Amino acid sequence: MSVLRFEHFSYTYAGSTEPAVRDVSLTVEPGAFVVLAGMSASGKSTLIRAACGLVPHFHGGAAAGHVVVGGLDTREHGPGELSAVCGTLLQDPETQVVMNTVRAEIAFPLENRGLAAAAVARGVEEAALALGVAQLLDRATHELSGGELQRVALAAALAPRPQLVLLDEPTSQLDPVAGDELIWLLRRLNEEWGTAVVLAEHRLERCLAHADRVIVLDGGAVVCDAPPSAMLAWSAQHAPALQTPAARLFVRAGLRPAPAGVKEARATLRAHGLIGERSGPPAASAAMPAARERRGLAGLLPRRRDSGSPAALSCHGLWHEPHGARAILRGIDLRVAPGERVALMGRNGAGKSTLLRHLGGLQQPTRGRVAAAGRVALLLQNPGDYLIHERAGDEVPPAVLDAAGLGLLADRHPRDLAGGERQRLALAIVLGGDDLPAAVLLDEPTRGMDRAVKGDLAARLRGLADQGVAVIVATHDAEFAAATCERVVLLADGAPIADASAAEVLAGGWHFATECARVLGDDNDPLAPALTPEQAGELLRGRMTTEVRA
Amino acid sequence: MIYTPGVSALHAARAGIAALYGAAIVALALSFAHPLILAALMVAVLGAAALAGVGRAVLRAGLFALPLAVMIAIVNALVVREGLTVLVRFGDVGPFGQVDVTLEALAYGLLLGLRVALIGMACALAAATVDPDELLRALRPLSFRSALTATLATRMVPVLTRDARRMADARRCRPDGGGSGPAARLGLVRAVTTGALDRAVDVAATLELRGYGHEVRGVRAARTPLSRHDLAVGGAALALVALAIGAGLSRVARFDAYPHFAVAAGPRELLLAAAIVGLALLPFAERRGVGR
Repeated sequence: MSVLRFEHFSYTYAGSTEPAVRDVSLTVEPGAFVVLAGMSASGKSTLIRAACGLVPHFHGGAAAGHVVVGGLDTREHGPGELSAVCGTLLQDPETQVVMNTVRAEIAFPLENRGLAAAAVARGVEEAALALGVAQLLDRATHELSGGELQRVALAAALAPRPQLVLLDEPTSQLDPVAGDELIWLLRRLNEEWGTAVVLAEHRLERCLAHADRVIVLDGGAVVCDAPPSAMLAWSAQHAPALQTPAARLFVRAGLRPAPAGVKEARATLRAHGLIGERSGPPAASAAMPAARERRGLAGLLPRRRDSGSPAALSCHGLWHEPHGARAILRGIDLRVAPGERVALMGRNGAGKSTLLRHLGGLQQPTRGRVAAAGRVALLLQNPGDYLIHERAGDEVPPAVLDAAGLGLLADRHPRDLAGGERQRLALAIVLGGDDLPAAVLLDEPTRGMDRAVKGDLAARLRGLADQGVAVIVATHDAEFAAATCERVVLLADGAPIADASAAEVLAGGWHFATECARVLGDDNDPLAPALTPEQAGELLRGRMTTEVRA
Repeated sequence: MIYTPGVSALHAARAGIAALYGAAIVALALSFAHPLILAALMVAVLGAAALAGVGRAVLRAGLFALPLAVMIAIVNALVVREGLTVLVRFGDVGPFGQVDVTLEALAYGLLLGLRVALIGMACALAAATVDPDELLRALRPLSFRSALTATLATRMVPVLTRDARRMADARRCRPDGGGSGPAARLGLVRAVTTGALDRAVDVAATLELRGYGHEVRGVRAARTPLSRHDLAVGGAALALVALAIGAGLSRVARFDAYPHFAVAAGPRELLLAAAIVGLALLPFAERRGVGR
């Protein structure tokens, strides 16, 4: 018997005229690992909410067809009853936790099922150990980081040992390390407990290698339902924006089949004799010394553009030492030239956001100083926080709204705008009118965004840099950093551990590296590392030509 | 006022008993107007808060209550027409008639304000040390929905605090600083309110997904024996209440504000004050097994 079955299911949200999901029929078998793909507003989240019963029981609206979860029809059984067979994790970890301590949070779904105290205690221990949160059990939930909250929420969802777990972009708020860990954890639960997983995700490169099957939605309808490699082959023709970087690399190099992950890509390239066996020290130590050799001692120092000209934004000896806690920033020196595009990277808690807040003037350093050649615009993580009016048109003057490409949406409520539109509006607010700032700082601007929206944002930032505005982006998204920024500063424990060109930093790592750089590994050209599918495709084509000539 | 897990006798005691301790202090603050006893209660609350590691939060609650306390003192001085020691004569003030500020009314107003601050601090102590999840579990058999609503409200406090901080930061990031004046403030209040509703809806959805609303609601609490901290904290709370009753019956710590200040200040009052501080802080002397 299937754990999830949609039968000609359609759904329209209350107050909407267009259906969010149209005539969806699909089946998920026990133990399957299914990825839901699609652009923003394609219906992924609605499908997840329909499978867990929130649609229509919680959201209202009009539904047609049937959804059967673990043998329970969602028409007759609400989310509370369905929770016994299906665990759900939505996007925002802050609202995925309802109790005050981790132990109580994991115990809550078990208590709601009326289990005896001993069974609850055992369930809590098992789920905490399985999810690696045992050391957090007595912590208050409001003290946890986003990654920890997400793990705790997943532990609560899995504590009743459901047959099916539904996840709506669970990694969007996590750094690459925590995101990868979460996906590996899901794979482990899927393999060891036999739990079926349905995962809606934008960053397909992170999860395709683990998936048995990919379902692509467009306009609320299923347009592709196939294993990962077949889906990638399909997307090359029909939905290029859904291609992973490695798949795009293969298309550019004229190779087949499109790989679902780095391992598969490397195997194919090895079979074609385009790369060798990975050997010796990790790529980080391979790429960086090469750069150093090339530039001599200068290679050890941060690369700076126009070091003689005045900086758009700089800080010197910047320390942030909170009272009664460890230092968050430790003597940071940073100089960003006008028109320079810099990515700040590092794991959660490395100090990226705090550095941006200091550079943007939101916080005062305990030691050191910040200097700017003019106004500094700072766009924080949640664009919705900037939108305080009832109409988008009231947020900024009409000319600014038009310049942001939102003129036609002036009468819409800002909260009704799509994620990308909301961010464009927030960016227009902080940029102000005609008087451009000396620098614009963005904190995690690509969270939960599809590739098309990211592309728009990258183009907008490049346009600002061309006008002389220094751009600093704190991001976990190595692909976005490679496509947008020319320099990358890698932070760890409040201090820079690498400050060099994007090619040098993002080609030499594992977590802080693009997928193409990981595919090429040691074989990435140390003199001109390839980060993007375009660069890597060029490199491979060159090798193929050389081989043919030889 | 957010629950802060910690290592102390109050944290180690079960939630119902720790809440009883806070209630006992509130009861004493309501029972006594004697300045010495109120001062002893203040020492007891601050001492307990410091020993529980939540001194800063409790002190903050006291400072938060300070304006209210001052206002009570002023209003009492202006409206009460008792007391014989006139400090200021305002004469005939329109509809209020003859307004004289007396020393007795002013002093009694200050004591009333002190009691309000004390109650606020005792509540802050309880909020910071009583695990609301455990309290919910204890109250669920009595009133499931009310207990859950109360805990949810507690959960929403840190979420909304973070939201409000973020929105204030975002406002500061606007080129014009977010504007000023009533219209700008009203806009911000509206945005915060809308955000709070969105948050509440999201949390409610999560509740549904965790099985709230499921038909089975019989939560069987584990029967665990009383710990040494349950006994110490519960014993202290009961002893404090008994002390208050005994003092009332034996007319110890009598206090009359009007027409003249009449404050009993003998060894019995000193003993009572010392007993209150001692009883309130005694449970913290035991450090074995305070971790949870």
